[in-house]
Amino acid sequence: MALTVDNLTEWINAFAQKVTDKKDYLSELDTPIGDGDHGNNMARGVKAVQESLDAKAPADLTAAFKQIAMALISKVGGASGPLYGTAFLEMAKKSKDSTEIADLFAAADAGIKKRGGAQAGDKTMVDVWEPLAAKLASGSLTQAEIDEAVNSTEEMIAKKGRASYLGERSSGHLDPGAMSSGYLFTALIETEGIL
Amino acid sequence: MTLGITIVSHVPDIAAGLPKLLTQVAADVPLTYAGGTDDGDIGTSMAKISQAFDDNAADEILAFYDLGSAKMNLEMAQEMSDKTIHLYDTALIEGAYTAASLLEAGVPLADVEEQLKPLKIK
Ligand SMILES: Nc1ncnc2c1ncn2[C@@H]1O[C@H](COP(=O)(O)OP(=O)(O)OP(=O)(O)O)[C@@H](O)[C@H]1O
Ligand SMILES: [Mg+2]
Repeated sequence: MALTVDNLTEWINAFAQKVTDKKDYLSELDTPIGDGDHGNNMARGVKAVQESLDAKAPADLTAAFKQIAMALISKVGGASGPLYGTAFLEMAKKSKDSTEIADLFAAADAGIKKRGGAQAGDKTMVDVWEPLAAKLASGSLTQAEIDEAVNSTEEMIAKKGRASYLGERSSGHLDPGAMSSGYLFTALIETEGIL
Repeated sequence: MTLGITIVSHVPDIAAGLPKLLTQVAADVPLTYAGGTDDGDIGTSMAKISQAFDDNAADEILAFYDLGSAKMNLEMAQEMSDKTIHLYDTALIEGAYTAASLLEAGVPLADVEEQLKPLKIK
């Protein structure tokens, strides 16, 4: 099992489909604890990613990750743009010396934490990326584990991002970026031949 | 070596409005801004920030921002810029106003930074 440009494209297209289908739901999650734009931001971003991959078929994995990153950075418009963008940029860099999924996700997780300064428990997408990158390193990942990571953000009190301005009142709501990140991991395990 | 200021806000009107306050006290300080997304919606854009760095006549820039993603996009633009960019986690208006007034008076960077320290809020 290995990552190729073809199955990476398939994975990203599956992610784009989920984001597009759940656009309204993601924005709804962002409404009580944010500015209500996460679904729109992400839908705009994944559309740009697909347009970029359609317009120019990447020569290799590094080029593919870079194209995905640049489309997200330039089109998302919210915090998730630089964060997802940095995740894919770090995968692009890492892919020059390893195409192991575990290595790529470890690099991406580190990149997100560096870019946003959040740690596990801060009620952000890091609460999905960190534990699930660790699962990938241990060799397996299930949908139940993805759900558990996403749901763990519900009771947390936000320390980073827009939700942090609400303090304790941010508790009791799922983090939208954690949910969209969950879709990325679900798309990953659903794509044949990667894991 | 000249020092300039770049303002980054989620809202195009805020980014365009703050310089009006600053130029009153700092007519000679190079001042550029980036507001909103590429489409002019509420958000921030790394491309617009890079453009604001390029357009600034100074080769060393003090950057001020409002919320979350503005800082992340600022840092990415900073990493890609040839200029020296300093980022301050101060209250946007007070920080930028303090820096503008002091730069106009020819105060050295180290002293400006000293004055900015108590304004750090994020
Ligand atoms: N500092 C951070 N570190 C990690 N993740 C973060 C951080 N800030 C925000 N996030 C994630 O981004 C998600 C919000 O993304 P969204 O696209 O809605 O951006 P936003 O917060 O509206 O951005 P902005 O404040 O610039 O408008 C949050 O749910 C959270 O998971
Ligand atoms: Mg939002």
